[in-house]
Amino acid sequence: MNVLNFVNAFFSDSAHWHGYDGIPQRLLEHIQYSVLALALAAAIGLPVGLLTGHTGRGGNALAFIATAARALPSFGLLVLIVIMMGFGLLPVMIPLVILAVPPILVTTYEAVRTVDPSPVDAARGMGMHESRILFQVELPVALPLILSGLRSAAIQIVSTATIAAYVSLGGLGRYIVDGLYQRDYEKVVGGATLVAVLALVTLALFWAVGRLAVSPGVRRR
Amino acid sequence: MANASANPKGSGALIRIDSVTKRYPDGTVAVDRLSLEIPDRSITVLVGPSGCGKTTTLRMINRMVEPSEGTILLDGEDIQRRPVTTLRRSMGYVIQNAGLFQHRTILDNIATVPRVLGWGKQKARARAAELMERVGLDTALAKRYPYQLSGGQQQRVGVARALAADPPVLLMDEPFSAVDPVVRKGLQDELLRIQDELGKTIVFVTHDIDEAIKLGTMVAVMREGGHLAQYAPPAELLSHPADAFVEDFLGADRGIRRLSFFPAAELPLTTGQVITADATAEQLAAPDEPWLLITDADGRPLGWGERRDLTAGDIRTDRLLPHGRPFVPGSDSLRTALDSAVLSPAGHAVAVDDTGRVTGVVSQATIGEAIRSAHAGGHADEAKVAS
Ligand SMILES: Nc1ncnc2c1ncn2[C@@H]1O[C@H](COP(=O)(O)OP(=O)(O)OP(=O)(O)O)[C@@H](O)[C@H]1O
Ligand SMILES: [Mg+2]
Repeated sequence: MNVLNFVNAFFSDSAHWHGYDGIPQRLLEHIQYSVLALALAAAIGLPVGLLTGHTGRGGNALAFIATAARALPSFGLLVLIVIMMGFGLLPVMIPLVILAVPPILVTTYEAVRTVDPSPVDAARGMGMHESRILFQVELPVALPLILSGLRSAAIQIVSTATIAAYVSLGGLGRYIVDGLYQRDYEKVVGGATLVAVLALVTLALFWAVGRLAVSPGVRRR
Repeated sequence: MANASANPKGSGALIRIDSVTKRYPDGTVAVDRLSLEIPDRSITVLVGPSGCGKTTTLRMINRMVEPSEGTILLDGEDIQRRPVTTLRRSMGYVIQNAGLFQHRTILDNIATVPRVLGWGKQKARARAAELMERVGLDTALAKRYPYQLSGGQQQRVGVARALAADPPVLLMDEPFSAVDPVVRKGLQDELLRIQDELGKTIVFVTHDIDEAIKLGTMVAVMREGGHLAQYAPPAELLSHPADAFVEDFLGADRGIRRLSFFPAAELPLTTGQVITADATAEQLAAPDEPWLLITDADGRPLGWGERRDLTAGDIRTDRLLPHGRPFVPGSDSLRTALDSAVLSPAGHAVAVDDTGRVTGVVSQATIGEAIRSAHAGGHADEAKVAS
């Protein structure tokens, strides 16, 4: 049997579309974990990135922390945290957030730091307050790059959120973990396909946000 | 151009720089005990070689750079007394590459300071549209973004943005140095025209001495190490450079440039050589000159011809030599007249009235005499003659 047959079998089985283990439920859970993790990571990464990028200070320390964080294996971290803290949503969120903060933080920092200095100089010379300079002069120009950082963080979260299933939570990882355990490869392939589709939808979503939020003057078309 | 300091209109303010020194943290002394009295409602130019401290001086006026020693007074009040944002909002600031906000339309770029000051969107935009016209920008560009404008247009937007809240002071740091010479001349003329209307106190930084002489009511020549070499009106600078450094900085053609400050109105014109294209043989033979200036029936110049080549009734106007750029005695300077004479094949400059009709010609020798007597008469006119 090839992969397409698995996919076909998985999605045409009506049993997979209902109940607590149905596709809609698992998808919803997966999206919930991902959105929560992204929101937490953004709540840390964006302010720190914006501030360090604006002042131009702390860049080296940031790069160091980001590299260190990237070297941590998410799954290993999960196991470690579960051993320390037990099961629950929090042990899942910690590795996901640690995974997502570096791309957000580093790109935001770089995006703001590399904004053309002359409009910033002009803005300061016109008597704008620093916060206004950051949000009304630097941010709109840095936005495409900041969004790309958020986007790669989001993609990584979506594909890594499958680890939630290892600690008895839901999400699309459930199909993969259960399928492997039950040797039900139809389920494994179906789950993996759903994760891939969700990642593509995430990409499309970010593209749309970029179209709406980035000024045509910055997009240059 | 009218002498800007005599402008009764306007809202300019007097700036006094009082033995100001700027020492950067790395020990560089960018400005050294500089004192300058910048008159209100006029253009004061800071000029000098690269690294002499022009930008530093300018940026100390709006406190983008804080002086290490000394004080700067704005209308008698120490600028340190005012909140820095309030101070800056009372001073327009124009920089070399315009520094426009690329995410905002042209209109919203110009409306920036009014918006910061809390004006409503409609009012700020109406004001911005008014300024677009004032700086010579087509209002059809209002909805465009900066990347859709040429460098010269962007620079106009930069000037409009700086003027939007009608500040008494305008600080300009090499605003026109990134555009080509033709566009630059247009921008300079526009600035002089705007200044005539608005009467701001403008501090203008450039490293181009010609620009300084053209724009400045007062010119401060600075030298390396942030020292003031000379502070004088441009005509005085050209006639009496303070030292070898200033003389050198003014360049080799200082004498020629100085002629810009002498009007051409006094030049004696002759009309004997001026002949219409339908002249008779007697009219052609009359003048005792080898070169004749041929005009059309209206009196507009067509070109120079040598008398021996001209046949009455059959003057081939397409064979005439070009008469070059004529000068207008009422508004041009001796420099323009001399230039016109030097370029003429006949060695004579052509004078025309405002409508372009020939009023006479004048020889290089006569212009030379006028120059000698003008120099002997001492100082050039303080008011600049358009050249
Ligand atoms: N932030 C700074 N820190 C240290 N030194 C500086 C700083 N800014 C300027 N300088 C130095 O101060 C001196 C004057 O600089 P400034 O920018 O005022 O010169 P300028 O006359 O505007 O030159 P240019 O025509 O090249 O723009 C230079 O030697 C420069 O290297
Ligand atoms: Mg400079």
